[in-house]
Amino acid sequence: MSMLTRRLLIAATAALAFASHAVAQDKSIVVASTTSTQDSGLFGHILPMFKARTGIDVKVVAQGTGQALDTGRRGDADVVFVHAKPAEEKFVSEGFGIRRHPVMYNDFILIGPKSDPAGIKGSKDIVAALSAIKAKGADFISRGDKSGTHQAELNLWKIAGIDIAKDKGPWYKEIGQGMGAALNTASASNAYVLADRGTWLSFKNRGDLGIAVEGDKRLFNQYGVMLVNPEKHPSVKKDLGQHFIDWLVSSEGQKAIADYKINGEQLFYPNASDSGA
Amino acid sequence: MPDGPSALQLVLSGDPALFAIVRLSLYVSLSAVALAALIGIPLGAWIALTRFPGRQGVIVLLNALMGLPPVVVGLAVYLALSRSGPLGAFGLLFTPSAMIVAQTVLVTPIIAALTRQTIEDLWIEYRDELTAMNLGPLGRVMALIWDARFSLVTALLAGFGRAAAEVGAIIIVGGNIEGFTRTMTTAIALETSKGDLPLAVGLGLVLISIVIVVNALAWSMRRAGERLAG
Amino acid sequence: MRAPSSELPIQFHGVTVTAGGVTILDDIALTLASGPPTVLIGPNGSGKSTLLRLAMGLLAPSRGRVTWGGLELVPPLKRAIVFQRPAMLRRSAAANLRFALRAAGIPHAEHARRIAELLELVGLHALADRAARRLSGGEQQRLALARALARDPAVLFLDEPTASLDPIATKAVEDIIRTVSERNIKVVMATHDLGEARRLAGEIIMLHRGRIVETGAAASFLDAPQTAEARAFLAGELLI
Repeated sequence: MSMLTRRLLIAATAALAFASHAVAQDKSIVVASTTSTQDSGLFGHILPMFKARTGIDVKVVAQGTGQALDTGRRGDADVVFVHAKPAEEKFVSEGFGIRRHPVMYNDFILIGPKSDPAGIKGSKDIVAALSAIKAKGADFISRGDKSGTHQAELNLWKIAGIDIAKDKGPWYKEIGQGMGAALNTASASNAYVLADRGTWLSFKNRGDLGIAVEGDKRLFNQYGVMLVNPEKHPSVKKDLGQHFIDWLVSSEGQKAIADYKINGEQLFYPNASDSGA
Repeated sequence: MPDGPSALQLVLSGDPALFAIVRLSLYVSLSAVALAALIGIPLGAWIALTRFPGRQGVIVLLNALMGLPPVVVGLAVYLALSRSGPLGAFGLLFTPSAMIVAQTVLVTPIIAALTRQTIEDLWIEYRDELTAMNLGPLGRVMALIWDARFSLVTALLAGFGRAAAEVGAIIIVGGNIEGFTRTMTTAIALETSKGDLPLAVGLGLVLISIVIVVNALAWSMRRAGERLAG
Repeated sequence: MRAPSSELPIQFHGVTVTAGGVTILDDIALTLASGPPTVLIGPNGSGKSTLLRLAMGLLAPSRGRVTWGGLELVPPLKRAIVFQRPAMLRRSAAANLRFALRAAGIPHAEHARRIAELLELVGLHALADRAARRLSGGEQQRLALARALARDPAVLFLDEPTASLDPIATKAVEDIIRTVSERNIKVVMATHDLGEARRLAGEIIMLHRGRIVETGAAASFLDAPQTAEARAFLAGELLI
């Protein structure tokens, strides 16, 4: 690259930075969160209330839990709002987040084709269902993207006593994409897939899919929120970010979460007061 | 919102969110093309007119870079603009500016490579005349760029098409933030992942229509200009 | 701003041009002085165009020297050339002239007047705003002449200026050349049209296979050529 080009690039970057600084004058924070919260429509419901109350714009970047935590680790978000408790605790213990607050839970459900090749429909035992899927070699779609849902899925295989890395066969397909893409794939190939209820309820391309297993306690999916450590990244908007966290766990925020429904069905259950969650 | 509106309804009802998305898409892609033109046209002209060691390699590289994978560019720009990256202090990640940077990187090689080809062909035709007029290097470049302007419009359109169509780079560096960095293509990706395929297809048709309109405008300008200037 | 006659005489001192192992001009010694037009004749490939390029300064000799008013490497500020197939800029006829005026450093205030004069001189004033590349062959050739004259040259080189033109267009171009010559601009032109040489030349130089075969005043050369090659060429025989 020529000297001139490099200079032009730097000048252009500076000009853009100047322009975006002007925009950044208003109050806004970046929240790295998960595709499941975004795709479920929860943010569309609660963020306008938060904005009305505080005047703060919340910009949600929806990623897999692993990528969202990495975004926080790099200092590119002010708040991280995800669902993979062990990974969150590691994030805090490494000093990237200040403190983890439990916010709410929803639940995972096992989605499968109406033909139900594994014969598990209506079961409340996810472990038995997964064992049946493996025994029958029924098609199963895995997110395979290190997301919270993916990690929950891997954990469930482990509980079922199946070493999926070793035992997987052609019936087990890792697609390395988000929840919606996994559902689209399952719909197209009539496979089982583990999904969060929120994404499922707002998902429109269901085809022959339906809920196969739900209600098992082991399918509960806890969400936590953390402020990115401003000592690691001085650019973090500490006060605005803390404001958002405080609101989420306040009675007002918790009520807003509980009030979000699709077709009359509640998606997320607030539990900020449960310190062990 | 399980039964959301279709794209057609959004267009017909003048949905402000949709128009904000269209506006942002055009703003990002047109800005990127403008910046890429500022870099790529002089760069392409310079390569066309200068002989230096390794020039053939540079031309091959430039032509190859026309096919840069957007996701790779997105990742590279992400790492550069991240708070932990070399340009992190500017705080550009997850802003429209970051998307402009990424698309500029994508589009610049296209404009530079097509400019290089156009200017080089024109230079073969003009070389004797411009040399006989004792024109300096700058004067030559300006004359060639001006006289190639109608062909360069095609290069700009190719760049715009690339920018308007890509999703891989801007979804990484922009974050697809609703009302802030959501463009036509990232919205289509989102609606697809939500399983709302009819809305995704509808948005795709809107995007294609916009690209056609921009091309038609540029083409008619080119035709009108050519009639006047030959 | 006519420079002191630094351009003339143009002298070739033992000039040889080779390209890719082929000798295009071979040991040329020549002086182009002020006066009536000098016309280069000779069959295709005899080296006429190369000689014009050397004299214009577009090409450096492989061996030997070219000097302008006794100096080497004189920038072509007061020289102009019309190529056999002039490239028209993708602009209007007037804009082509404006471009040349600007390239020649003519003050902006004079452009409009000069453009009008030049268009008048070559009879294109009605076509000032026409795209240059849409002009006919003869009109393009005349515009190229005007564009070369915009540089206010002391020497004007013309390479086959009427090749592929019909008789009317040829006459228009030749009339312009005569006018130019009368304005004390030295014309050096290449042609393979003997009639044109007869009509315009004051002095004739005949080239064959990169060498000067014969030079002389036009009348004596055309009526009483001294060399066998010149006689054969004038008789219309194929010179190989």
